[in-house]
Amino acid sequence: MSCCCNCAQASADALLKNGIDVSLLQPTLDKYAGVEGSLITILQAAQELYGYLPVELLNYIALKTGNKPAKVLGVATFYAQFRLEPVGKYLIMLCQGTACHVNGSEGIEAAISEYLNIKDGETTPDGLFTLNNVACLGCCSLSPVMMINGETYGSLTPAKVKEVLASLQAKEAEAK
Amino acid sequence: MKMIVGKGSCGIAAGANKVSDSAESYIKEKGYAIETSVTGCIGMCYLEPIVDFIRDDGTKTTYVMVNAETIKEIIESEMKGEVAAQYEMPEVDKIRLERQTRIALRNCGIINPEFIDEYIAKDGYKAIEKCVTKMTPEDVIDVIKVSGLAGRGGAGFPTWFKWNAARSAKGTKKYTICNADEGDPGAFMDRAVLEGDPHALIEGMLIGAYAMGSNEGVIYVRAEYPLAIERLNIAIKQAEERGYLGENIFGTNFSFRLRIKAGAGAFVCGEETALIASLEGERGMPRLKPPFPAQSGYWAKPSNINNVETYANVAWIINNGGEAFSAMGTPDSKGTKVFALTGKIKKGGLVEIPMGATIKDVIFEIGGGIKNDKQYKAVQMGGPSGGCIPAELADTLIDYKALAATGAIMGSGGMVVMDETTCMVDMARFFIDFTCKESCGKCIHCRVGTKRMLEILTRITEGKGEDGDIEKLEELALTIKSSALCGLGQTAPNPVLTTLRYFRNEYEDHIYKKKCTAHQCKNLVSYTIDADKCKGCTLCAKNCPVGAIEGSIRNPHIIDAAKCIKCGKCATSCKFDAVIVD
Repeated sequence: MSCCCNCAQASADALLKNGIDVSLLQPTLDKYAGVEGSLITILQAAQELYGYLPVELLNYIALKTGNKPAKVLGVATFYAQFRLEPVGKYLIMLCQGTACHVNGSEGIEAAISEYLNIKDGETTPDGLFTLNNVACLGCCSLSPVMMINGETYGSLTPAKVKEVLASLQAKEAEAK
Repeated sequence: MKMIVGKGSCGIAAGANKVSDSAESYIKEKGYAIETSVTGCIGMCYLEPIVDFIRDDGTKTTYVMVNAETIKEIIESEMKGEVAAQYEMPEVDKIRLERQTRIALRNCGIINPEFIDEYIAKDGYKAIEKCVTKMTPEDVIDVIKVSGLAGRGGAGFPTWFKWNAARSAKGTKKYTICNADEGDPGAFMDRAVLEGDPHALIEGMLIGAYAMGSNEGVIYVRAEYPLAIERLNIAIKQAEERGYLGENIFGTNFSFRLRIKAGAGAFVCGEETALIASLEGERGMPRLKPPFPAQSGYWAKPSNINNVETYANVAWIINNGGEAFSAMGTPDSKGTKVFALTGKIKKGGLVEIPMGATIKDVIFEIGGGIKNDKQYKAVQMGGPSGGCIPAELADTLIDYKALAATGAIMGSGGMVVMDETTCMVDMARFFIDFTCKESCGKCIHCRVGTKRMLEILTRITEGKGEDGDIEKLEELALTIKSSALCGLGQTAPNPVLTTLRYFRNEYEDHIYKKKCTAHQCKNLVSYTIDADKCKGCTLCAKNCPVGAIEGSIRNPHIIDAAKCIKCGKCATSCKFDAVIVD
């Protein structure tokens, strides 16, 4: 990526074809221009904007921040928060913390997998649901717990989790 | 009259927002003169949502497990001047609260964390005022030394010593850092302070910064705590507006700026050098010590890192004196400690107790004992770096040394209670699975060793354990302990070592008898039907998802072991207790 041509623009154009408008990220890049140690913050802002961080975008950020692409990819893959693949409309974060494990989170995972036919890290073909196992959400006394798009569901049972998913599906079907 | 809804993350998860929405629209509709407010977590998560009513004469009633409908009934009663007794907090739970000594959690669940005036009304920012106007930095360090305050993040290192080291370190710029990357699965003490009393943390950091001669601070919060970040941001802004943060605090030449850095999800970033790497925007990989952060930390400047709970104690100590704090506890461990009580416990939540209580006190007196009155088996303390303490050691004191002697650690305060249905081999597998995924990969023994341990533990729980597996686990565990660079790696084998120490028979049962006495490991459990007890009701056959149960009505049924997937649905559906799980 180190060249004197117009490759930042070329990269931006290529990203736009994939629905990623890098101009939205420019205010963040401006804000942190020259601020040392702000790479993680920039990546967080980018993921907030686009939902995920495709490798082309990481390369673009590398160009703009003067980092090596390998370093940006290294940071993005080190932390659990960053996703290199797009996620479904509903991101199911299933807690696999100790308290949830002791109180049966594996059974909840099996129920979700059975109902949606996806495994940890996968997205349903209709693009609605992504299942992500996460470490402790910090709601241990309500275990087992899952969080879907910021809303926490506690004291889950396999039956209850299917009800929640079914109601979300119903809501989507209605919206159509 | 004032209505206060408990809105910590756990309260919100239990439906506190629905309660307050319902209450507010009801109050508006009826035109009642009730002021509404919110507060953080009081620590009684099993009773959420919790709502307090404070009447004009100052009396207060706490209502528990409130929902969007019952809140209306409660409002009606309160307006008539009556207590809605059926929803009031039971007496036993009030006692549970009274038995605690709340210092770090002094304001949690009491004040509104989004209004600085409520914190100020509780003597807030008095301690920093005293420090900067009446005490020298050395005086402050002396008070902390007398208090015996030690790092609440797990290691238990004396706080005054770290502050003193940072104070004496040469360098123009020094950083005061707060580790709020509470990553131990099963722990949420820091979250309660961040969400419920953010100003207590800010004041603690201010005092630390004054003592060390630092003028810049950073709070590293895990990204999984969005509400904590939001409330901290509000608190910092308010403190800046009032002049508690910024230039020339209280008209002195002490200045301090504070900002938040959101983590991105990596357990290892709880280790201080990894945290510094992450603050600098790098992969959060630990660095070799020395140099210690107090000499060369963030941007190679002297840096002091303390945990949230440690800082939250500081203002109280300055206001009440070091002796008041050291009067509590044991010769080695002073003051109080906050624990997050979870797992197979009746009354889970946060508790703050003086050091020197016993494990039994916490689990049975405050926690109400084991869920469904099952047999207490062990408690896991210190998260993935800690260990399992068996029931027979329930009289162990809450004390850094006493807990370390069991093979576990005080840790940051996670206490996961286990009963007879918890398989200890599976527990060890769970923790190694966690540390294996969270290993940063820098040291080979941690990166590869935890993976090999996980493979062995997995095969044991699957019924494929072999003779010699226990010895291999021990060898790997000791090698990792002695050769990993950071605290995460060195302590990663602890859950395996402690379960081997206290529950070796369970490992042996799994390997040699192919039995899991807790009936957790599916491959080692078999389901049969007791022909004498079976009434032939057909319920089990109807519930079996794979059609493995045969039999005609009113005749004993039989499970086809070859078809059985061991889901356990037959056992839970049987009304006559006829399914034998072995």
